[in-house]
Amino acid sequence: MAPITMVEAIRQALFEEMDRDPAVVTLGEDIGVYGGAFKVTEGLLARFGRERVIETPIAETAIVGAACGMSYLGLRPVAEMQFIDFIACCFNQVTNFVAKSHYLWGAPAPIVLRGPSGGGVHGGPFHSANPEMYFVHTPGLKVVYPSTPSDAKGLLKSAIRDNNPVLFFEHKFLYRRIKEEVPEGDHLVPLGKAVTRREGTDLTILSYAAMAHSSMEAATQLANEGIEAEVIDLRTLLPLDREAILTSLRKTNKLLVVHEDTRTGGIAGEIAALVCEDAFEELDGPILRVTALDTPVPYSPPLEERFLPNTEKIVAAARELAKY
Amino acid sequence: MSYPLTREQQLELYYFMQLNRQTEERMTRLFRQNKIVGGLYSSLGQEAVSVGTAYALEKRDWLAPMIRNIGALLVKGVPPRDIFTQHMAKYTSPTKGKDGTSHFGDLKVLHIVSPISMLGDLIPAMTGVAMAGRYLGQNIVAMTWIGDGGSSTGAFHEGLGLAASQRAPFVLIIENNQWAYSTPVSRQVPVKNLANRAAAYGVESAIVDGNDVVAVYEAAKKAVDECRAGRGPWVIEVKTMRMKGHAQHDPAEYVPPEMFAYWKARDPIARYEKFLTENKIWDTKTKQEIDARIESELNVEQQFAEDSPMPPPELAEEGVYCDGCHTIEADWQRPKEEVMPPKSSIDTEWKLEGLGGFGDKIEGSRQAAGHLPVQAPAQTHEHANVQRGPQTGGGKQNFNPGGSNGAKQGKHGGKHGAKTFTKAQTRQHHLQKQQQPQKQQQPPQLAPGEKFDPNRIPFGRGPKGKLGRG
Repeated sequence: MAPITMVEAIRQALFEEMDRDPAVVTLGEDIGVYGGAFKVTEGLLARFGRERVIETPIAETAIVGAACGMSYLGLRPVAEMQFIDFIACCFNQVTNFVAKSHYLWGAPAPIVLRGPSGGGVHGGPFHSANPEMYFVHTPGLKVVYPSTPSDAKGLLKSAIRDNNPVLFFEHKFLYRRIKEEVPEGDHLVPLGKAVTRREGTDLTILSYAAMAHSSMEAATQLANEGIEAEVIDLRTLLPLDREAILTSLRKTNKLLVVHEDTRTGGIAGEIAALVCEDAFEELDGPILRVTALDTPVPYSPPLEERFLPNTEKIVAAARELAKY
Repeated sequence: MSYPLTREQQLELYYFMQLNRQTEERMTRLFRQNKIVGGLYSSLGQEAVSVGTAYALEKRDWLAPMIRNIGALLVKGVPPRDIFTQHMAKYTSPTKGKDGTSHFGDLKVLHIVSPISMLGDLIPAMTGVAMAGRYLGQNIVAMTWIGDGGSSTGAFHEGLGLAASQRAPFVLIIENNQWAYSTPVSRQVPVKNLANRAAAYGVESAIVDGNDVVAVYEAAKKAVDECRAGRGPWVIEVKTMRMKGHAQHDPAEYVPPEMFAYWKARDPIARYEKFLTENKIWDTKTKQEIDARIESELNVEQQFAEDSPMPPPELAEEGVYCDGCHTIEADWQRPKEEVMPPKSSIDTEWKLEGLGGFGDKIEGSRQAAGHLPVQAPAQTHEHANVQRGPQTGGGKQNFNPGGSNGAKQGKHGGKHGAKTFTKAQTRQHHLQKQQQPQKQQQPPQLAPGEKFDPNRIPFGRGPKGKLGRG
């Protein structure tokens, strides 16, 4: 099979799931005739018609609310946020209506909210966000953030079949920059499972999404200096794969967490806490983190470069950690 | 069109209104005995709204109550014990004590969606229910309620907008009970009738006396029938009065006493009792029988709730996710093949009317706009039993998203002399426009004392050859 981009992989997942199950419908802004702002849904309307590819007004609360209502009748709606930043507009609907539905009154809401996220493309403060942690802090949701086309496809298919609301973050920097062969057939990747991208013995780098790639580049550079880093791609942030984190830590005894999200309240803090609770004795050094600055995402390229973590920053932090 | 009720139905309306009131009176006593764990929100004086509207629904239809719609739940088939146990936070309640009040639902049998405390969120959700029901061929109608206060939320606007654009079989009852907590409706909403807002969305509407249960039923029945026939959504404003405070703790001293007196004289149950008597639909004996039945039923239901245990603490840890505890399956009432390729495949061009020009299509706009031709001023509502809302172009639109081939459906063109343009024609139009000589670029406006700097870029790059955004 020829290598495909992340956009194509996500599109394949949508096509395959809609072909497989008539309960799967999509809704969002400009997802039909135009094919979505990033053309992820291109071709869906022609194949599945207006009943299943529903173009909505610019009304994120209505999109998420309607998706949830549809799911109560047994449908499995996949709703697109044109940019994931706009999920802030429907925060209440996601966190209070959708997320609490099963816990409070036993009504599962099998919806997927997907959208382009992340920086590095000079999208500015309202088109570059990584708002995953608002939702990792919300019981009842699942939060997925893949880094490769193969994972994106397999995880999205699993998310659509999951009985719970899943937030599916698609890093727009990765949309067309990487290509990968995707396994043929009904390719599913389970939610809640991290993957080891590179084996190593000296320290563990935990990361996800675009930063998983920067972490791999850093690991290659570190290997030239004789530092063998293990790189783990979390893939799902909620539920978090605690076992994978602790297993790797027991092997390397040092932990560096890298995320593109801002520093305070990022997943690194949560990981540091769980490691201190469950595996404090295993640590040979401090838990370090490489993250974005605690600022909005700035627009101008020199500012955004300063804001974002990158390979150099990861290498520098890993060198410090390796000294312990 | 009238919607005649049988004697049995007429008596049933009384039964449900009285059941609603008696259930709440018992809960008030339980509240004073500290047996209600959280808040208690009364619908005293609003029973005709909940009962009359929900009575227009069929068993297959869906509803989502607001806090003062216990009557609607009772009509839909919820036993009073569920309402007692919910308020008392008992393990036997529908949410097993995880939530209180009327925050519970039933997807499988009664078709009830649970509300949340944030107002307006049920409007998009019930729009989704209506859309899914149509998609599955179930021919259902979805109904929810919103207060005068809740009609100010963004979710109200977004939800009604989506419902209108989808022509969803959805009925929204705006329950105007004059007060949003302590704020009178006139201080929240600068319009005479909340139903007038429906016209702005291209939605049909009616206004009805909310303390006349028959009028409420008739208005709701008409809206439900219209929605089921594919002419939704509908908005009904019911004018009524909240006869208690926002909740038990609130003595409502901000309400002028004469306002309470005015509405007390129009109590919906007393009024209906008089109607039944005057029209010889019942006699004293029948009333006594119904009241006795309610009394004995509620005795059993309340006792059940009082005898029920509180939930075990470890229940707090359960149920965040559905880990296979539910089987999710849609009830298809149409062939699935209709929504699967190749049947679902369509030509994806937009068909547009009139290129967005004003033409003669602007209706009901303000005369003050002057330069726009005004054809048909909006009808004004009267506070009468049932009146149709202002007609809008949107309401007459030929739209059928329920069809499998949306792009090819609908008779476009001809209406108001508007033309249909294909993509190719539109492209041609743009080409011609481009060939026309461009107007001379005007230098940007300068502030006093400011010098013109051709290299200055005020707000981003803007279109080529232009400075900023002009």
